[in-house]
Amino acid sequence: MALLEVDSLRRCFGGLVAVKDVSFAVEKGVIKAVIGPNGAGKTTLFNLISRALAPTAGRVRFDGCDLQGKKPHQVASMGMARTFQNIEMFSGMTALENVMVGCHVRSRAGFLASMFALPWTRPEERKIRERSLALLDLLGLADLADKEAAGLAFGQQRAVEFARALAMEPTLLLLDEPAAGLNIYETAEVGRLITRIRDLGVTILLVEHDMSLVMEISDEIVVLSFGQVIAQGPPQAIQQDPDVVRIYLGE
Amino acid sequence: MRRLLFLIPLVLAIAAVHLLCAWTGTLYYLTQMTMSAYYSLLVIGLCVVMGYAGQISLGHAGFFAIGGYLAAAFTTRNLAGLQDALPVRMLDAAGLLVSGRDVYGGAQLVVTPWAACVAAVLAAALIALLIGIPVLKLKGHYLAMATLGFGIIIYKIALAVPYFGGADGISEVPPFNLLPGLAITGGSANRIANYYIAWTLVLLGVTLLWNLIHSRVGRALRAIHGSERAADSIGVDTARYKLYTFMLSAVFAALAGVFLTHYNGGIGPSEAGVMKSVRYVAIVAVGGMAHIWGALVMGTLLNFLSLRGVFGTYDDAVFGAILILIMLFAPEGILQTGIMDRLRRLVSRREED
Ligand SMILES: Nc1ncnc2c1ncn2[C@@H]1O[C@H](COP(=O)(O)OP(=O)(O)OP(=O)(O)O)[C@@H](O)[C@H]1O
Ligand SMILES: [Mg+2]
Repeated sequence: MALLEVDSLRRCFGGLVAVKDVSFAVEKGVIKAVIGPNGAGKTTLFNLISRALAPTAGRVRFDGCDLQGKKPHQVASMGMARTFQNIEMFSGMTALENVMVGCHVRSRAGFLASMFALPWTRPEERKIRERSLALLDLLGLADLADKEAAGLAFGQQRAVEFARALAMEPTLLLLDEPAAGLNIYETAEVGRLITRIRDLGVTILLVEHDMSLVMEISDEIVVLSFGQVIAQGPPQAIQQDPDVVRIYLGE
Repeated sequence: MRRLLFLIPLVLAIAAVHLLCAWTGTLYYLTQMTMSAYYSLLVIGLCVVMGYAGQISLGHAGFFAIGGYLAAAFTTRNLAGLQDALPVRMLDAAGLLVSGRDVYGGAQLVVTPWAACVAAVLAAALIALLIGIPVLKLKGHYLAMATLGFGIIIYKIALAVPYFGGADGISEVPPFNLLPGLAITGGSANRIANYYIAWTLVLLGVTLLWNLIHSRVGRALRAIHGSERAADSIGVDTARYKLYTFMLSAVFAALAGVFLTHYNGGIGPSEAGVMKSVRYVAIVAVGGMAHIWGALVMGTLLNFLSLRGVFGTYDDAVFGAILILIMLFAPEGILQTGIMDRLRRLVSRREED
């Protein structure tokens, strides 16, 4: 069974159908890319999958469970992590604290336990800190741990957002344009990182405009245009698909 | 307990104020310092809601009044006439009632302060829950308006319901025996003891909130403040966390109301007034929003000055003005933003002209 199954998903904004009966599946352990021109509905699709938006019609199954009626935080605790197209740092918090928030679903100290500083909360807190530092280290951000996250350079913020998502120990990671705004070296770096995360057993679904990156790292590609799937398959097939070529190169 | 070391400066300051007053022969200041302590209890709770969770409440005087009024009513309203009613008999059997004589020598049967306190706080928590579920879905101005509405309703209830004494409020509230020999009560004979009782309660409150802020929950609250969307996507149950924080601050406010009412021996409708709520928000803002210490220092200082009558008839206007100034120049709180930078920039711009 596929890790993620999207079935006839539709979302309307007033008269606009932003996502139109989209269906596809993501198998465990692959890197799958969603591509398409601006406004094709890619981000909306991600919002529907992570339940940040409710679909007008259609279903999403994740890890064998129907997400109908679930809240975003519930989906997150099931093991789905995401990053945002316009990076969403927790402003007013350091890079380290940002990543530590990522450990939220993998820890349990609640209001009363925290207020009374129950003995077991301290080892938990130490573990959260160590794991977060290790993740920052993995992404080469160890030096920036105590810097305010929202003040970091663009690429660094992207990396912190990555580390934060990984702190959730997700089974599925949704990346919305992870290479946007990065130079070619940083882009190549992100590509290597994504493959490495996949090798650690995390399934990845990404939206990306950088075609060379997409073609290099993804196992499968879904092409969206005006909210509809117009092609689906491995990178070589997509590159030769006449519809896709027409959309990307103009008529 | 290394993590409690942060309390040392506060403990020293509390003792220093006492010694200073004793030395200068102004021990009567401790009365206002005691009252300020209880107001500060409310303020630090509100500080967590505003500074950490990033929400606003213009109705916290309402929760203070719920605590104070219920404690006052339960411990003064005579149940002697209802002695045979089943609920009263049950309360009596549970040891939650005390009998005595009223001022005219008639038989009096009232709820014990402890039971009244627990009931008042539970009521405040429950009301915060019921109000919070719909209201915390709102943001910004809308949340401010909705909580303001709640505050107005409580004020009107305090004023209109005869059980709560109308414009006169409730007086003759008995002392609250926290522990044997330790009673919250006014009067110059108990002044010093009560000063220390009040500040011990504040120390406890600060410790609990300090622990909360520096925990997984505190981080999640700040994350909600930073980006609610991202906090959601990371698995923080934002609605629940906001609600619990709101309830927690309501409990702090209600406790403040209970304690101060016993200390003053009564409560009146002005405690439920909207201007009180505005005052609390202004204090949290001027204290630096996300600073428990700032809220505590400002809460004590400004309330003390206000209680000493320093602001005279401009009392409410002072707090209104503080709020306006903060919103104009440092909406994130004075200690948060680089207000010094801003002032410097303002000055240097002048010089360029
Ligand atoms: N909240 C919203 N309300 C109304 N319309 C929306 C909303 N969100 C997206 N849209 C519209 O839906 C369409 C798809 O938008 P979406 O952001 O999903 O595109 P995208 O494929 O991610 O584009 P890009 O490559 O520019 O990120 C667009 O026409 C957009 O204007
Ligand atoms: Mg997009």
